[in-house]
Amino acid sequence: MNKQVPAWRAALVALGIFVALMALWEAAATSGGGTAAVDPEYAALVGQAAATGGQTPFPRPSAVALRLWELLRDPFYIRGPNDQGIGIQIGYSLLRVTAGFLLAALVAVPFGFLIGMSPLLNAALNPFIQVLRPVSPLAWMPLALYTIKDSAVSAIFVIFICALWPMLLNTAFGVASVRREWLNVARTLEAGTLKTAWRVILPAAAPTILTGMRISIGIAWLVIVAAEMLVGGTGIGYWVWNQWNNLSLADIVIAILLIGVVGLLLDRALGAVARLVAWQE
Amino acid sequence: MSDLHPYVSVEAVTRAYPGHTVFRDLWFGVNRGEFVCLVGHSGCGKTTVLNILAGLDKPDSGGVIVDGVEINGPSLDRAVIFQGHALMPWMTAEANVAFALSCRHKGWSKPQLREAAREALEKVGLGAAANRKPSMLSGGMKQRVGIARALALAPKMLLMDEPFSALDALTRGALQDEVSRLVQEANQTAFMITHDVDEAILLADRILLMTNGPDSHVAEVVQNTLPRPRDRANLHKLPGYHALRDHILEFLLTRSRELRGNPQPGWDRKALPVVRPAA
Repeated sequence: MNKQVPAWRAALVALGIFVALMALWEAAATSGGGTAAVDPEYAALVGQAAATGGQTPFPRPSAVALRLWELLRDPFYIRGPNDQGIGIQIGYSLLRVTAGFLLAALVAVPFGFLIGMSPLLNAALNPFIQVLRPVSPLAWMPLALYTIKDSAVSAIFVIFICALWPMLLNTAFGVASVRREWLNVARTLEAGTLKTAWRVILPAAAPTILTGMRISIGIAWLVIVAAEMLVGGTGIGYWVWNQWNNLSLADIVIAILLIGVVGLLLDRALGAVARLVAWQE
Repeated sequence: MSDLHPYVSVEAVTRAYPGHTVFRDLWFGVNRGEFVCLVGHSGCGKTTVLNILAGLDKPDSGGVIVDGVEINGPSLDRAVIFQGHALMPWMTAEANVAFALSCRHKGWSKPQLREAAREALEKVGLGAAANRKPSMLSGGMKQRVGIARALALAPKMLLMDEPFSALDALTRGALQDEVSRLVQEANQTAFMITHDVDEAILLADRILLMTNGPDSHVAEVVQNTLPRPRDRANLHKLPGYHALRDHILEFLLTRSRELRGNPQPGWDRKALPVVRPAA
């Protein structure tokens, strides 16, 4: 039951859903909030805001849009270590993700190759991989902080760890499942190990490897937010936590939106690379 | 070329798995410039024979001697045309041939390789499709690229594993004529596996008939005395064609089963009986 739907019709429905969601949100934000009864002694203790019983209201869509415009108008300002533009914060996160991801690729692709080409290594390393793979990358954080003693590098290490497994497993799988007949062609041509690896196995496994990379970068982008909440200092994750401490909910809504958009772009970028190496029988 | 020292000589080759003998103590030869077909039912071990000749499989005992040297693994001197075309789908037709050539001629420059690859493709009538990837080629065209790739290596021996069995009848016929012509032109020594009787009659100088497996043996050698050049259009009009065809068909239909493990009297594995049904 998967019939082709014209793009404009899908877009129209999407727009309708968007408008409905916004209206719902606007209505919910308007009805909630207001004043609440506050214990006078407590009010005296904490001061003005609490004394009037003023809650921070959940921001309305219009307020969020306004704040988004404000943030995007000047995304790269730096006013001291705790007040930097949203573009700078996302930049830091992207830098960490890229560094961790590239390091992971540098390790995972060659090792995956070895594992994929050697059934012995595959069987020997499989238990380690199976045990380590399901571990939340954040569980490595204390060990990383203890051994590396640098929070920025520790965040990169956590990204490295979480990006490693999908690439490693997919590379190994892709290499191991290269069509027998192509390997036989290489053998009858006396192509040699390096030439076979480079001209036959790598291109044959490239789509599978790229799929692993795509999964890896997705996970890395998920993990970076949490990692930066822990290590602090810079990055979109830290920024989210900071805005929570400031109780600026509009900023958090915006952060969610931007994290989603950047994650989408990362996925699309790797999808474009995957199309370059894709082959069709 | 005397039959005592053929160009390619299979000597005492046995291939067996625990509890399953594919064949044992197999002897036959292929002379220089000769086209030999091995005919038998599926499961008789004919692909194993070809894989051993290619060096992709190793005999448990015995050996294969090509041009005076015992083979030890695959070699550029024994080019294989695979049953599935076995082209690399990420390379163009030209790059597929050039890749093979780059293994043969390590010192050649890229333009040299490209030139030679294009020439090889033109020989099989694919000059115009050189820049297409296999997914953009029909089944027959893909197999043509496979043929060009093998012939471009100028191998001592051409090995073919049912190269046309995956093609439709019309394409198969055209390619059979083409291979017949190319092999004749190059005086190419060739060994082919097939279960298509007409294909064997069209192409082969000698046809080895293999009994059913397991533990199969080559029951006899059919000398194909039909005059060359042959083509499919006139093949069935040649005198002796029907006798030849009937002989092979009868072997496939009944004798291949009856003779399994029960060689005919006087059968000698080192001097296989030769028959000339068409003479």
